[in-house]
Amino acid sequence: MSDKDTKEPIIGAGVLRIDGPDKLAGRANYAADNLPANMAYGYGVFSTIAKGKVTRLNIDEAKRMPGVIDIFHHGHFPSLYRTPSSFVQGNKVEETRLPFEDERVYYEGQFVALVVADSFENARAAARHVKVEYAAEAAVANLAQGLDDNGTQAGGGHSRGDAASAFDSADTTIDVTYHTPVETHNPMEMHASVAYWDAQGDLTIYDASQGVVVERNALSKIFAIAPERITVHAPYIGSGFGSKLWTWPHAIATAAVSRELGRPVQLVVPRQQMFTTTGHRPETRQRMRLATDGNGKLVSLRHEAINTTSFTDQYVETCGSVTKSLYSCPDLTVGHETTQVNRGTPTSMRAPGAAPGLFALESAIDEMAEAAGVDPVQFRLDNYAERDESQDLDFSSNHIVEATKQAAERFGWHDRNPEVGSMREGREIVGYGMAACNWEALKRPCDARVSLRADGTVFASCATQDIGTGTYTIVAQAVSDVTGVPLDRINVKLGDSSYPDGPISGGSWATATTLPAIAGAARNALDELKRYATGGNGIFAEASADDLSVADGALRYDGKQASFAEVLDAARYGSADGEAHTEAADSKYSYRSFGAHFVEVRWDPGISHLRVARVVSAIDVGKVINATTARNQVEGAVVMGIGMGLFEATEYDERSGRPVNNDYAEYVVPVHADQPEIDVILLDYPDLAFNEYGARGIGEIGITGLAAAIGNAVHHATGKRIRELPITLDKLMDDVPQAQSA
Amino acid sequence: MRHFDYARAESPQQAVAAHGSERDAAFLAGGTTLLDLVKLDVMQPQKVVDINGVDLDTIERLDDGRLRIGAMVTNTALARDERVVNDYAVLSQALLAGASTQLRNKATTGGNVMQRVRCPYFRDGVSACNKREPGSGCAAIDGVNRTVHAVLGTSDNCIATHPSDMCVAMAAIGATVEVQGPEGRREIDFADFHLLPGDTPAREHALEPGELITHVTLDAPLEGSRSAYLKLRDRQSYQFALASSAVIVRMDGNTIREARVAMGGVGTKPWRAPEVEAALKGKVASEAVFAEAAKRAFENAVAYSQNGYKIPLGQQAIVRNLTDLIAA
Ligand SMILES: Cc1cc2nc3c(=O)[nH]c(=O)nc-3n(C[C@H](O)[C@H](O)[C@H](O)COP(=O)(O)OP(=O)(O)OC[C@H]3O[C@@H](n4cnc5c(N)ncnc54)[C@H](O)[C@@H]3O)c2cc1C
Ligand code: SF4
Repeated sequence: MSDKDTKEPIIGAGVLRIDGPDKLAGRANYAADNLPANMAYGYGVFSTIAKGKVTRLNIDEAKRMPGVIDIFHHGHFPSLYRTPSSFVQGNKVEETRLPFEDERVYYEGQFVALVVADSFENARAAARHVKVEYAAEAAVANLAQGLDDNGTQAGGGHSRGDAASAFDSADTTIDVTYHTPVETHNPMEMHASVAYWDAQGDLTIYDASQGVVVERNALSKIFAIAPERITVHAPYIGSGFGSKLWTWPHAIATAAVSRELGRPVQLVVPRQQMFTTTGHRPETRQRMRLATDGNGKLVSLRHEAINTTSFTDQYVETCGSVTKSLYSCPDLTVGHETTQVNRGTPTSMRAPGAAPGLFALESAIDEMAEAAGVDPVQFRLDNYAERDESQDLDFSSNHIVEATKQAAERFGWHDRNPEVGSMREGREIVGYGMAACNWEALKRPCDARVSLRADGTVFASCATQDIGTGTYTIVAQAVSDVTGVPLDRINVKLGDSSYPDGPISGGSWATATTLPAIAGAARNALDELKRYATGGNGIFAEASADDLSVADGALRYDGKQASFAEVLDAARYGSADGEAHTEAADSKYSYRSFGAHFVEVRWDPGISHLRVARVVSAIDVGKVINATTARNQVEGAVVMGIGMGLFEATEYDERSGRPVNNDYAEYVVPVHADQPEIDVILLDYPDLAFNEYGARGIGEIGITGLAAAIGNAVHHATGKRIRELPITLDKLMDDVPQAQSA
Repeated sequence: MRHFDYARAESPQQAVAAHGSERDAAFLAGGTTLLDLVKLDVMQPQKVVDINGVDLDTIERLDDGRLRIGAMVTNTALARDERVVNDYAVLSQALLAGASTQLRNKATTGGNVMQRVRCPYFRDGVSACNKREPGSGCAAIDGVNRTVHAVLGTSDNCIATHPSDMCVAMAAIGATVEVQGPEGRREIDFADFHLLPGDTPAREHALEPGELITHVTLDAPLEGSRSAYLKLRDRQSYQFALASSAVIVRMDGNTIREARVAMGGVGTKPWRAPEVEAALKGKVASEAVFAEAAKRAFENAVAYSQNGYKIPLGQQAIVRNLTDLIAA
């Protein structure tokens, strides 16, 4: 990769996050930390019905309250344009309806007015005095009602062979349905926007965004100005888990009212509305029909998923995305449908499609193995696909067999007595379960710039983001790898749409997309530097560029060495710059990441207590760029998977459509005390067909399959198959008294 | 901004005088309930009397063996107090099972006694809720009621649990609440302090407007007793009880001479269970005896749409706690 000395390779090293000290010291500015002079504050008025119309909005009292500058609503809001919301054009938003576009209410917690005042407190107080009258209509509360009332819309799929006939003539079959609830991302940092327009009519917006370039492009469509006149800043994001991938109504509204008022405006979405107007993982119902022949080989597989979507947009949760290719099966159908309900528009949440999809698939595989009388690990080993049968392509690199075997070994799977409830320790019944995990590997087009500077530092920039995962750090590692400059002299800038176009931080594709562009830019910068070194005033004027080598931030020639700074100084240049553009991945192979989770649960029936006691995960994501941040991603995803398995569900009141557990106290995610021993094995086989680093990205795979592994372990311990997440203790108790009425 | 008057009191007298008997005034202790609900616009005090400067943060042993706890003693300080750890283990454990370290460092004894319900319909500011807006109805009865709603002591007007862990331990121990008000000082038996919702769920406690809790005085520890708190919930920390039990027992060999049992998470107030105590008294300890006794607590329990599981879970909280305590 570089012609530097090979000491301890920087790629793969467990380097600590280079942005850590800034975060610790409070120097890292998040969106709402920006306080431009003369800034006003917005606060929303949110609908309290799930469906209907705003018939009257009485703002008289609110308008007279202290500090109120203006109150916006349908009828008093600048007219905007819609964005085509195209993924390909890079101007996608998830909720395409513009704020205050009409008087209709599509979901509880929708913006119906926006108060702007001179302080946050004044805006909030006034917002509470805006009186809204509605003509409420009967709302669609949930998936079941959506199906009854409105049926479904098609959402794509995949089919090969004839799954129905194969099923009908098979030896052993199962037909089971799984259900997953709405989950809410709940990043720590609230969605927040700070927008202002300068005298030329150019927009600057600080936004909690996982995609500054796409946001810039979408806003360019919405405000009908050239993208070059918009700058989106998101240098730090207090995580997003997908909820900050696309621009939501609050950001559009903030920019719009800032222009209208001619001053900066800040809007922070309250925690309660983070459950309504910034996306969620939708509710799913998944019917799984599987069949095996007499040898335990899968002969038919059908995965039919329905998810809820909003009345304004169709969001498809692609639950069957993995089912198409994980197992070898000639007769297979994957189908996606949506049904409209009165909730906000759903969006991607960590491992969209695969997280709920693998709960269903990997639970069903366990049920199938049981029906076929085969050990669940063996069943998987017997049925894993050797090539991607859905695309008729080879996998670029697939070590799922090794991952499964290694994790089984480390976990001690051979100690498992398959009989339900047979393993006990004290009062606890021990359950062992496992599941495969899987995620697509994507690489998008990317631009990057690297400057070698006369002061001895290196500047690298790309308009991607670090959402807390370590992107700053791995970019610096790539620069250091190519140039030999130590990390403390590398200055990485991300999260600014004026830098060269980079990818959204989603889909686990930031690493594979960004690093090759950064490395390319660094090499181009070195080439430029070599030209300076060998040019007129050059320090090695006698040499030709090809004779120079690079090591430790210096050029070498003929036993002599000159640091980058000395080279630049001699040539009297401030910097040597390089840019690079890299393309999306080709389609020669099917690029995917693989792995397996093994989970031990403990069920104490005397106090109805279920806990996850131990997790072993073996993950094959290609080359690991940073052992520390990579492990951290898997551990974090495992913990999130425990939340998905045991706790998480956004509970709606069916009458009002309001999420009722809409804060951190009541929306239960794991706390430290719930975290078991987590043993992560990173296989670290470079996938060089995918990119020069051989890295496939690691943010999402860890959550896939985890809930299924828990459910399978719960079944082993208790004999109960809980097909509806989360697996709360009440679902495992016997003889639960029911309400008398109802 | 919503404006309110703010006063800092340096003595109970000043606090009571500054508060007056207005219903829309509030004492500010740790603020972990009050500020939360003010920000949500659910509580709207016109006057806030800050009692953090009031000298009520000591714990003293009285001559009769009782323990007198100042209202401003924090939950952390109380849980770590040696006398509490030694003589009232159940109280220390209950406190430490509550909330989080940060919250416990702020939360006070008086404030904890006075904390409001966690019912989401109470907190959302718009739903029908008889506590927040008397006469408007109770959205929880036919709504989401799995976690913070009760099966004991409910009425057609309100089914919210009293959320405190500390109070469950105090209910088992027995205590007196000392208050000072515009009319002078008086004492209220802890058992009478919290009120059942009945027809007036907005009335939650026995304080008259303007009365300040100055102390909670625990009954003398039961000689030769052991005690423990067990809290059951979905996640292992930082969640209100789905069901909990505070038990104190005095044994004579294998025979239970005396037992005190109270429950949290299942009742609309900190729930003392005398019928369980009676069923345990004089019996030879065994899981079967505990189970039989625990059942009695729930004879009149009412299951709502999502919380019927609390009936068996509450019994498990008692049985396991007794089993471990007596085996210890
Ligand atoms: C996220 C979260 C989780 C929690 N989890 C738990 C839990 O698991 N278990 C648990 O038991 N508790 C829990 N709590 C509640 C916590 O224990 C209470 O908020 C706290 O004890 C209240 O004490 P404070 O001093 O902060 O009261 P404040 O908020 O200051 O006051 C509360 C109320 O009491 C009144 N008041 C205060 N002091 C006096 C006094 N001396 N005399 C008369 N009136 C007074 C105030 O006017 C106010 O109405 C949790 C709270 C939060 C926010
Ligand atoms: S349970 Fe009580 S607090 Fe909750 S809505 Fe009903 S009346 Fe209000």
